[in-house]
Amino acid sequence: MSEKTIDPLTPILSETWDADRSWTLDAYVAGGGWKGLAKALAQPPADVVQVVKDSGLRGRGGAGFPTGMKWGFLPAPDGGPRYLVVNADESEPGTCKDIPLMLASPQLLIEGVAITSYAIGCDHAFIYVRGEVLHVYRRLLRAVEEAYAAGYLGKDIQGSGFDLDVTVHAGAGAYICGEETALLDSLEGLRGQPRLKPPFPAVAGLYARPTVVNNVESVASVPAIVTEGADWFKSMGTERSAGHGLFSLSGHVVRPGQYEAPLGVTLRELLDMAGGIRGGNRLKFWTPGGSSTPLFTDAHLDTPLDYESVAAAGSMLGTRALQIFDETTCVVRAVSRWMDFYAHESCGKCTPCREGTYWLKQILRRIETGSGTEGDLDVLLDTCDNILGRAFCALGDGATSPVTSSIALFREEFEAHITGRGCPFDPSAAALFDYTPRRAPQALTAGAH
Amino acid sequence: MTLEAHRSGYDEATYARLATDTAAIVARYPEKRSALLPMLHLVQSEDGYVSRDGIAFCAEQLGITAAEVSAVATFYTQYKRHPNGTYTVGVCTNTLCAIMGGDEIFDELSEHLGVGHDETTDDGAITLERVECNAACDYAPVVMVNWEFFDNQTPAGATQLADRLRAGEDVAPTRGAASVCTFKQMSRVLAGFSDGRADEGVGAGRPTLAGLRLAREHDWTAPAGAAPEQVDGSATDAGAAAAEGASAVGQEQSSAERRPTTPADATGATPDASKGKQP
Repeated sequence: MSEKTIDPLTPILSETWDADRSWTLDAYVAGGGWKGLAKALAQPPADVVQVVKDSGLRGRGGAGFPTGMKWGFLPAPDGGPRYLVVNADESEPGTCKDIPLMLASPQLLIEGVAITSYAIGCDHAFIYVRGEVLHVYRRLLRAVEEAYAAGYLGKDIQGSGFDLDVTVHAGAGAYICGEETALLDSLEGLRGQPRLKPPFPAVAGLYARPTVVNNVESVASVPAIVTEGADWFKSMGTERSAGHGLFSLSGHVVRPGQYEAPLGVTLRELLDMAGGIRGGNRLKFWTPGGSSTPLFTDAHLDTPLDYESVAAAGSMLGTRALQIFDETTCVVRAVSRWMDFYAHESCGKCTPCREGTYWLKQILRRIETGSGTEGDLDVLLDTCDNILGRAFCALGDGATSPVTSSIALFREEFEAHITGRGCPFDPSAAALFDYTPRRAPQALTAGAH
Repeated sequence: MTLEAHRSGYDEATYARLATDTAAIVARYPEKRSALLPMLHLVQSEDGYVSRDGIAFCAEQLGITAAEVSAVATFYTQYKRHPNGTYTVGVCTNTLCAIMGGDEIFDELSEHLGVGHDETTDDGAITLERVECNAACDYAPVVMVNWEFFDNQTPAGATQLADRLRAGEDVAPTRGAASVCTFKQMSRVLAGFSDGRADEGVGAGRPTLAGLRLAREHDWTAPAGAAPEQVDGSATDAGAAAAEGASAVGQEQSSAERRPTTPADATGATPDASKGKQP
């Protein structure tokens, strides 16, 4: 492979987002879209699977499992249906990449769906998008409609003999449905609760048939891999974390937003591009990949953001949702809000998560509001210990990450809330607008969830 | 049909209309039961919430019990168990938005409207909610009105927005349709019935384009693609490398993407008997 220098940002998924009416089929085709499908249809499906395997593309939804390998797990065709289900239920706190992608460039996802379906022998694919993004759902419905009209979906696509129907399905508000087997139950019209594995979806997924569940960004990465080749993809990123990805910066940065870069970029580099921390403030803590990934601090500014390096540093690359908090932020308040979320979203199927998040929430609240007791930190850690590894699915495990990592990094701050009987921070200092705090933090936390 | 219509409580014309819509929904799926989530959205488009009539209707149409429908309806936050306002105003109070100002926006709105979380103003215009992360963190703090994006909000902006909604004015989201539709209209779209408004609004806001604009300024691009022959070229070496790299993954805490642990996982020898379904 030639050693060409790779630019700091590599817009591929985001390349057409600034086009006029970028979401339309015309704009997508004008930008070179739908060439990947033509190229894929000219090859046997197995070759398409192989190029994705060769590219080293790993799942962009958080877990990082090799995408081509996942496709390869489907059993040999038995004449019955096989399904592709796109996980577009983006709801991990801090994660905000798939929704803007689908708003700006839904055709890219549809092309990825068509190629993936062809590769795995699927003739009915589903896109499960969370129900809380009305306009994204409109855009997806329209994109599918346009793709049918142009002959990219439907019967005998481009004269290839390949048929594909795509159904865009709106969820109804449940974080758990981002877990792939809960998503499948939800798509089957049930409460969205995770299934026992094995069997894995590759063997018994949607309607107990072989099913591939892939994240939006993973599927959207496929057309360029097919068009440009595996070596091209591997020329970006690191050896084991190949390719490009969307890095979503939010919080106390000057220019928050989507930065598409090769995997392995560092937060220091991204912050430079995003104008740094607001007001010259100091970075206090950040999440590398959403709220379920253990917190990092300024000690991790130079950690390469690839799967291996982030894991070696004690966290997870997750969804590359970089939530940035400066020194004005109370870490107890941050973690308390995240725990409200986990308690609210626990599906209730398993006891460690259902009961554990309930108690974690209560204890964090009383610490934040000044009623914490000396033993509370131990109880928090003990509760986390009883969830991690004992929950039915990864979401319960994830709920412990912010608690254990924040206590490890900021134990004195928790203790100060307990001994000082309240929060020493001014919440208005952390906000992006000026206001006079109306009351003590105690009252602020009285809301429902 | 008349008997069923009577049982669900809808008059015959309404029943017939909903039954036609239901047939269109059912046709999208290989199995009928998958229609339930969109049907609950459909029921909300009729009644403004998941009514008893709506539950009975779904049960009749899908051949399941009302209890089974209720079990699903109570699981998902977007299904309302009591009549919703014309507009759901949702303030994100998940950590990122809360700290950037979402907590104060919620408090200000709550005081201004005189209602708390999941409560509706007396005029039936607004149901106020705390909402969870809505995937717009780079636009924090965010307010959603009927699940359209109102980005970079302030307390003053949010109360003004609420006042305009209560006055019956059209309001335009930052990223979304040209104006916010009603809760019932929204629910019909979520049931999968297009309202023809997909082409309204912008493709992206400033934060979405932040990286792209910077790349354009500096002429940063993706590397040039390989020549057309690359698809099968050097596949063996690359494949070996990919497989080698892959052998180290799987130890992450996600059971969602766990590697197969028995040969049966990969070969398909064991259908999921616990689901009570066969292919």
